[in-house]
Amino acid sequence: MSTAAQSPTEAATPAAATSIFRRNMRDFADNRLALVSAVVVVLFVLMALAAPLVAPHDPNATDLFRRLQPPAWMEGGSWSYPLGADALGRDILSRIIYGTRISIFIGAAVILVATTIGILAGLAAGYLRGWTDVAISRLVDILLGFPYLIFAIGLMAMMGPGLVNIILALAYKEWVIPCRVVRGETLVTRELEYVEAARALGASRGHIMLREILPNILSPVIVVSTIRMAHVIILEASLSFLGLGVQPPTASWGAMVADGRAFILESWWVSTFPGVAILLLVLAINVASQGLRDAFDPRFSE
Amino acid sequence: MSLTKLIERLLQLVPVLLGVSVIVFIMMALTPGDPVEIMIGDQNISAEQEAQMRRDLGLDEPVHQRFLTFLGNAVQGDFGTSFYHRRPVSEVIAERLPATIELSLVALILALATSIPLGVVAAIRKNSVLDRLATVGSLLGVSLPGFWFGILLLMLFAVHLQLLPVAGRISYQSEIEPITHLLLVDSLLRGRLDAFADAARHIILPAITLGLPMTAILTRVTRTSMLEVMRTDYITFAEAKGLSRRRVIYRHALKNALIPTVSVAAIETGSLLGGNMIVETVFGWPGLGRLVVESIFVRNFPLVQAAVLLYAVTYVMLNFIADILYTVLNPRVKL
Amino acid sequence: MTDTAASQPLLSVSGLRTVFETRAGSVFAVDGVDVNVRRGECLGVVGESGSGKSVTFSSVMGLIKPPGRIAAGEIIFDGRDLRALSPAEMRMVRGGEIAMTLQDALTALNPALTVGAQIAEMIEAHDPGLPRSEPARRRAIRTRAVEMLGLVGIPSPDERLRQYPHEFSGGMRQRIMIAIALASRPRLLIADEPTTALDVTIQAQVLELITELRTELGMSVVLITHDLGVVAEHCDRVMVMYAGQVVEEGPTAEVIADPRHPYTKGLLGSIPRIELRGQKIQPIEGQVPELIDLPPQCRFYSRCALAGADCLKPIEMRRVGPDRQARCIRTRKEVGA
Repeated sequence: MSTAAQSPTEAATPAAATSIFRRNMRDFADNRLALVSAVVVVLFVLMALAAPLVAPHDPNATDLFRRLQPPAWMEGGSWSYPLGADALGRDILSRIIYGTRISIFIGAAVILVATTIGILAGLAAGYLRGWTDVAISRLVDILLGFPYLIFAIGLMAMMGPGLVNIILALAYKEWVIPCRVVRGETLVTRELEYVEAARALGASRGHIMLREILPNILSPVIVVSTIRMAHVIILEASLSFLGLGVQPPTASWGAMVADGRAFILESWWVSTFPGVAILLLVLAINVASQGLRDAFDPRFSE
Repeated sequence: MSLTKLIERLLQLVPVLLGVSVIVFIMMALTPGDPVEIMIGDQNISAEQEAQMRRDLGLDEPVHQRFLTFLGNAVQGDFGTSFYHRRPVSEVIAERLPATIELSLVALILALATSIPLGVVAAIRKNSVLDRLATVGSLLGVSLPGFWFGILLLMLFAVHLQLLPVAGRISYQSEIEPITHLLLVDSLLRGRLDAFADAARHIILPAITLGLPMTAILTRVTRTSMLEVMRTDYITFAEAKGLSRRRVIYRHALKNALIPTVSVAAIETGSLLGGNMIVETVFGWPGLGRLVVESIFVRNFPLVQAAVLLYAVTYVMLNFIADILYTVLNPRVKL
Repeated sequence: MTDTAASQPLLSVSGLRTVFETRAGSVFAVDGVDVNVRRGECLGVVGESGSGKSVTFSSVMGLIKPPGRIAAGEIIFDGRDLRALSPAEMRMVRGGEIAMTLQDALTALNPALTVGAQIAEMIEAHDPGLPRSEPARRRAIRTRAVEMLGLVGIPSPDERLRQYPHEFSGGMRQRIMIAIALASRPRLLIADEPTTALDVTIQAQVLELITELRTELGMSVVLITHDLGVVAEHCDRVMVMYAGQVVEEGPTAEVIADPRHPYTKGLLGSIPRIELRGQKIQPIEGQVPELIDLPPQCRFYSRCALAGADCLKPIEMRRVGPDRQARCIRTRKEVGA
């Protein structure tokens, strides 16, 4: 449809939005640290995808002779188990590599589900207004009344552990965040001239929301989603740490840290290395998303 | 702010609190596993007795009736019986609450005491070494998984250096007759400095772990808002008045810069609630958070339900306080 | 000494250059500016935004912060070189002897402090004659604060001391800012666009107030504005700035009657005035040049109707009357004939 291109507010049209997007991507690329972090994130993703190729051992293969074997550089360690072995003699490095899958899969799935729901709900609340807005905003208020982790813990207690349940437990509250962003942006955008032009030309509400408004408010949503991904990964690890997440023997970073708790007196490596992996990934996502935010949403940069 | 406006605001909380309790009720109503069967366990009980238990617990009533009963009881502080302890839930929670409150308060104080000065100094010496350290530190602070950081602290200070205890609130030799049930306060009230030191040694690592994300966030908020305030016209005007730099910073800038910090702090205090579960589990802290986690595994659902509701109500109230503080501190905003 | 001192200007700035370092290069926001403010007079400073008029007087106040710096020039106030003063000495001058008001009182007054507190600290910082004992000191400060609010025409000042800036109307806030600036009994008031943020009717009142207080308190005033009409009404002399330089300077009446720089003429053309009725209003075409890497030529060249080949070299200020200067080599021929 050509209404948008003919509208007087050039800067806000979808066509112009793409070129702004390109310029923003250039700004992002100029930020060296953010770029390095983005590369680290990509490496983690590749590691998750290629886990069977990269991991030296089967993550669940136990070897009681290697019980709590120290890392390679310590006395008693060997390079075939570079980061040592856990209490069941499983290779910690391989388990960390496989654990990447859980963290990234759950993080991405939760953000994807939550962002989709959040965008739809936010657009509906912000564009349709009226009782739709009241209903959605009330629900958002109520969900915001729960501390995040406690809400997730309550749900996990109810639903029982498991991969799908974790995703649901986190997404039930997570969608509120993109929803609020989208609603706020939509309330502003719906009044812009090109949207009014589309309305005057008889475009359907669905068309206006998804094709006219959505492309223009996507930047802040993407920025928020990437920042939230880091939170979700920590939350999943926390649930797994408490034993409410992915169930053994599936390797998950949080559960691995929990496994090592019993051995902190002598075998520090069991808890330490999975935690380093969480920290690295979360830090990389945080720095990269800050770079994205500075490039896309200069309102927030200092 | 006028009293009527305050009451008006309070009334606005009612639908939220109601919604929160509906969700908590649904959460538990849908929980698999029949509480009566859990209570019976291995005991040999007749069908007649079982039906009686069901009636006693009100489980034979329709759902909406059960919700109203639940709500009515909850308002009166009655959350039913803890299956596991065979005592009223409220009693068990009341026992564990002081430990959690004490830990949260110490974490809050630590967070405020470090983040505000750090944020201010980082802002007024922008791009200095200290500013960079604060920026990197706050990034690390929000990226560190709390449970792992707690374990690292334990390994370093308790296991390796053996400076601090591994778990618990206080050593048994130092136990004291409770007054407020906050050990740091009670030990001082009783004049037992040894017990105070002992309690402090126990609380320091959990409190640091719990307060770290909040410290990181508040440092960043303080720095950003301080930078913003330092660019305003009223700071230029204060400088043009020939006031000392100290006065410009502490009287003119800080008072405005702290407005967002204080309201974020109130909101973040709510997130300490969730952190408690993790930190209490890591440090064997005998508080409510650990009790909830343990209760999930023994399927002690009335207690989980009560605790989740309690946390949610506290959280809503903290957000409310954040709102009120914001208006009180900021004379421009009229309610 | 008193004889010569009295005949010397109160403030004398010469060769001031204030530079802002940016990624694109050094911006010469103020580039070789001379200013003289005589005792008791009101000097109007006119120019578009970006002409350097505000930066010039921020430099005088010592309010330039990195990435900005004063690269060269002398700032002599009442015989003292302000640039040579220690930070503590400069603080006493700033606010105490030279006071400043900003464009918008709404943003210039601290929203979190009461009006009383904001006047009180000015008095406290600059009045060495306050009593030593705390209660007497407080009373004295309070009396002065009430007196100042009364002076600028705030009704029932006693009660209003406890109020916050947002509780006043725009015009009242502007008066309060003036009261604060004058609370230290300064000898020079720099009023930076004192009326831009106000309604037309209130504009007149505030300007009237400044003019009254100037005579009453015997101080000099620098009135920074982009409105030549305001200058015509309230200022003894006027200084026109363009792109970081002074382009014309002289007694207000003479400059307005007979502008000697095409830019001044352009400014006059862009205000509708009764005396000039019938004359076509001509907004000046073009834009102020970027103040980075300026070519060594007349800075008004690209917008000037009179520009010629001989304008493509640095132009100096030239005396064009007994008390007048202008930075144009073509004026006598074409302008104001």
